[in-house]
Formats: sequence, C-alpha cells, structure tokens
Amino acid sequence: MTMRVYVPRDAGAVAVGADEVALVLGLAASKRGLEIEIVRTGSRGLYWLEPMVEVATPQGRIAFGPVTVFNANSVLDAMVSGGPHPLRLGVADEIPWLKRQTRLTFARCGVIDPRSLDDYRAYGGYKGLGRALTLTSDAILTDVTASGLRGRGGAGFPTGIKWKTVAQASADRKYIVCNADEGDSGTFADRMIIEGDPFVVIEGMTIAGITVGATKGYIYIRSEYPHAVEAMNAAITAAKRGGMLGARIGGSSHSFDLEVRVGAGAYVCGEETSLLESLEGRRGIVRAKPPLPAHKGLFGKPTVINNVLSFAAIPFILDHGAKAYADCGMGRSRGTMPIQLAGNIRHGGLFETAFGITLGELIDDVGGGTFTGRPVRAVQVGGPLGAYFPRELFDTPFDYEAFAARDGLIGHGGIVVFDDSVDMAKQARFAMEFCAVESCGKCTPCRIGSTRGVETIDKIRRGERVSENLAVVEDLCNTMKFGSLCALGGFTPYPVMSALKHFCEDFGPAPTRLEAAE
Amino acid sequence: MMSVYEPWDTARGAEIIAEHAQTEGATLVILHALQDAFGYVPEAAIPMVASALNLSRAEVHGVFTFYHDFRKKPAGRHVLKLCRAEACQAAGGDRLAARAEAKLGIALGDTTADERVTLEPIYCLGLCAIAPSAMLDGRLVGRLDDARIDALVAEAQR
Repeated sequence: MTMRVYVPRDAGAVAVGADEVALVLGLAASKRGLEIEIVRTGSRGLYWLEPMVEVATPQGRIAFGPVTVFNANSVLDAMVSGGPHPLRLGVADEIPWLKRQTRLTFARCGVIDPRSLDDYRAYGGYKGLGRALTLTSDAILTDVTASGLRGRGGAGFPTGIKWKTVAQASADRKYIVCNADEGDSGTFADRMIIEGDPFVVIEGMTIAGITVGATKGYIYIRSEYPHAVEAMNAAITAAKRGGMLGARIGGSSHSFDLEVRVGAGAYVCGEETSLLESLEGRRGIVRAKPPLPAHKGLFGKPTVINNVLSFAAIPFILDHGAKAYADCGMGRSRGTMPIQLAGNIRHGGLFETAFGITLGELIDDVGGGTFTGRPVRAVQVGGPLGAYFPRELFDTPFDYEAFAARDGLIGHGGIVVFDDSVDMAKQARFAMEFCAVESCGKCTPCRIGSTRGVETIDKIRRGERVSENLAVVEDLCNTMKFGSLCALGGFTPYPVMSALKHFCEDFGPAPTRLEAAE
Repeated sequence: MMSVYEPWDTARGAEIIAEHAQTEGATLVILHALQDAFGYVPEAAIPMVASALNLSRAEVHGVFTFYHDFRKKPAGRHVLKLCRAEACQAAGGDRLAARAEAKLGIALGDTTADERVTLEPIYCLGLCAIAPSAMLDGRLVGRLDDARIDALVAEAQR
C-alpha cells in the first residue's frame, strides 16, 4: 500500500528546510523500496514545529516535527513501524494548540493539497458558492450582513454594507479587488491562506462577483511573497480548467475571471485607494475619499475591495449560515479572527479563534512567552501602525472596540512580542522612520511630520531639551493623527504615543537609562 | 541559484513592452517584465514604455521611482535581503544585520566593490513566526542565527 506523507510547501516551512526534508524522505523511501506519495500542503501554522510532516494512518494523520534532513530517516522509520519517536506529536488534529482553536477560515489550511481542486471540494470547498448560486443577490447580502463580518484588513468596516453599496451602483463594469498587500510586520495570515488554501479566496471573490454583478477580479499580491504569487496563479489555472472561473462558472449563467497582479515594494499600497492607483499602473498615491471605492473604485468603476481574510471568511458563511459565524465572538466583533503570534515568541504561528480572548492568554498561554526566555516587556498589536502594549494591558480582550478604547488597534491581527531588552525609544523612532520612507507624499502631516518626528526623537535620545521635545513629538502625533489622509500617517502616532505613554523611562539620554537600569 | 539576465537590447525590450501593452493598467506589469528579463529597468526603456502606453516620460519615470523594487542599474550577482521589520527586530535582527554588514564591508542598500553581493533591507517576508528571516536570490531562510547568517553571506560571496 502506498504510504501518504504530507510535507508543507508553505514559505515559512520552506524557509526552515521543508523542501530538503521532502527530498530526503522521497530518496529514503525509494532506497527502501517503499511506495510513498508526498503531498505538499500548506502549513497548519504551528511554526515552531515546522517543518511539520504528517503521515496518513487509519487513526488519522500522525504529525512529526520539527523534522530536519538529519532526522528525516528515523522519522520515516517511525512512520512505517508506527513506533515511538521523540518528534512524534500524535494525531495532528488532536494537538492541543490546534484543537483549542476555532478554525472556520483556516479549516483546510495545512490539510489539503493547495493545487488540487478535487481536494478542495472533498473538504467542503465550493459548497458556499453552490448555495450562493441558488440565492438572489439580496439574499446573499442579507447573509453576509447578518454574519457581522467586518473588514479583516484592519479597518473593520462591515463587509455586507460595502457589498450592498456596490450591488446598488449601476455601471457598465464593476470590479472585485482582493487586497493581498500584507505589508504589516507580524502578519502572515494572507500569505498562509493563499499558499495553503487559495481556492477559498477565489471562492469568496467569486461569491462577491455574483452578488454585486462584477465579472472581473484582481488579486494584488505583494512582491515580497513570490510563493503566494505562484500558489495563487496555480490555483487560478486549476479553477479555470475545472470550470470554476471564466464563463458560466459551475454551469451557471454567471461569469467571473481573476488575475493576479504583483506589487513592487511600496507599503502604502496596502491602503485601498493607493492599491487601486497601483493596479491602474500609477504611483501608489492615496486618493481622497469620497468618492468611496464602492462608488468610484478601480478605473473609476464601482469596486468591492476587501482583504484576503474577508473574502476567505465568505464561503463558510454561505455554506454554514450567517448565524454559525455570528455565534462566535463578542460585542460588535463577530466570528473568528486568525491571530498571528510573531517576533520573540516561543510558540509562534497562526491561531484562529473567536473574538474575546485576552491579550494575556494569547501571549503567555497560547504563545508560551518569549523565545529567549526573558520577560515580555512590550507587544505591538496590529502591525507597524499598531500600539505597543505593556503587560498592564494584557487583560484587553481581542475585539475591535476594546483595543480602540485603550488607544490601540487589532489591525490585521498580528502580534509582535518583545522581551525586556527592547529599547522603546528606538521602536518609536523606527515607526516614524518607516512612515517617512513609505509615505506616498500626498499629504503634509504624513510626509513632513514623520521626518520631523525622527529628528525630534533623535534629539530626545541625545538628551537635548527632553521635555520640550517630548511636547513637540506629542504635537506632531496629533497633527498626523487628525490631519493625514490615510492610515499610514494617521496611525503612525499609535506606536509612537503608546511607547511614550507606557514606556516613558526609555525616552531620555541613553547614559541615564543605563545608570537607571543598574 | 543566482539569476541570469539578458543584456539590454532595444528590440527585445520593445518586444516585452508590446507583449503587455494591451493589459489594463499595464505600467507596473511592463516594468516588472523588463526587470525580470534584464535585472533592472534601463533608462532607455522608460521613453519606450511611455510611447507604447501613450503616457508622458515623466509619468512612467514617476511610477518607476515610486516603487522600491525597480532598479535603475543591475544588482550584484547575488542579492541578499534581510528582513528589518518589527518581528525580526524583536528576534535579534538588528544584531544580525550589523553582522552581515561587517562581514561584507558594506551597508544595507549597497553592493560590494567586486559586484558579487547586493545587501538590501526588506520590510517583511511574512516569516514573522520564524524570525529573523532573509532571502538570498529568491530562496527564503528563517530562524537566522550567527552561524546561519555567516553561511548565507559566505554563499553570496562565492
């Protein structure tokens, strides 16, 4: 009987040797005359165990990790014999870190072959679209609205309302655009789902297309993600071949086509209007709103632009019903959030769970504290534009409003952990510097404010008129926050002000700090 | 594997531009295609793109200079990109970047005098749970430490 072995092809697994492990397993098996089929999957998101390799058994898929080229042979032995092995993790689905999650969006990620339309269907894929094709546009909109789904890119705007606006607009052409310009450090959920379950994104976009009456979609993927670009292109080809993209999708009267476009290293293009400019072939300069993209978006046509995770949540909602999704969560944050644990963390990876889990549970319990073993000092939630939280705020529940109430944001769900060796003045300076480099230049508060911010924080760090310069930074932050055109300039004050507020002891001339620490 | 590029050739450039000129919003697509072929976007190509898309040279130049990815001259034979964003900073990336700079004798953003290695910062490879990370000529490496960064630098110098 052929032994079926699963090795991730996720970029994160490949970066720690998954390709080499797959090669060694294949060679070792053929040397022993073993019939083996190696299926390259996405990642389950337990990155400290990657490369995590699984073998199909009557008891379920047994996982081993982290496998290296040096121990792959003995892992193969254990797979054949079913005997013990130091890296044996048991049935993958039963691993506690995975089992305590609520995987609605990421249910298939790491499980299926991301290039196989049959595999996608075998695990419930295209059931959401199947149901959508039997519904009217209004009925789909009712479901999406009732699910409570809010834009997972960070802004949290209700997806149903956005779609309804586009559905009601009349135009000769409409577009669906997927924002896969996942530039926030600490986030990788878009990359993971595109590499591990790209069809769910395609299905979500297709449902959006038939709902609002659009026949063309673009997926804008950043150039830093070559593996994701390749995976999505392969999936689009497979979907076209299988009749699920193109004319008369799934035998229906609807047509929908998709195309991948690759970014070119500009962070600001994650902002939706800048992304649309870039798609049109221009500099990624932010547009003033209104008009909203829902009225005048890509090429001036009504456009649904959503994040990867928003589209990826849609098939579940259509398949299992709005209530099943909305039953998870707290307050106005309904459903699940794929949270990404990153930076200096022991158990880093993707943790999809209902809204409401506290930051402390995520860092200490799920994440297991720092990788270095030193105390956690600060965590940045929501990417480069998110606030730094100290341990005192670890009781904050993961929820759009709860974070906003504490001058923070959940953004795209990335959490970066820092230990006690972090210099928070340096992090505040970096936030300003990053904004200065990445500013599109259209509005003055962002373009000039960030440069002045870097200079002023440098003065503070040199010990020059510290209290006056701290007042200048605060003033600059207010100008940027209230005067910038988009979130880049508008949210850069979050990391800066939170660092000042919660870690003020770091802002002063360096020698004083060293003395204070002794 | 280092990338192998064609030398700039006007006819070949024109062919690449023509191939994509009918695409919706073609400018970035064409600039990417040119860079994929030649390793950079030669200055001579800018007016050709402008003419094919019925844009001004200034508009195409503006697009070309807005995006960090596009190069106006060829990179070194190997390109080593170090992720310098927050997750990698939290995991010791600053120290590793300084180490790579010292080993190569250049700063981030520069190319060695022998044109073997270009060292660049990159802002997030999405490998934040296996930080710090790097990319050598398209190959990703995570969980970097002193030994791994030294090996990457040595490989790039070969």
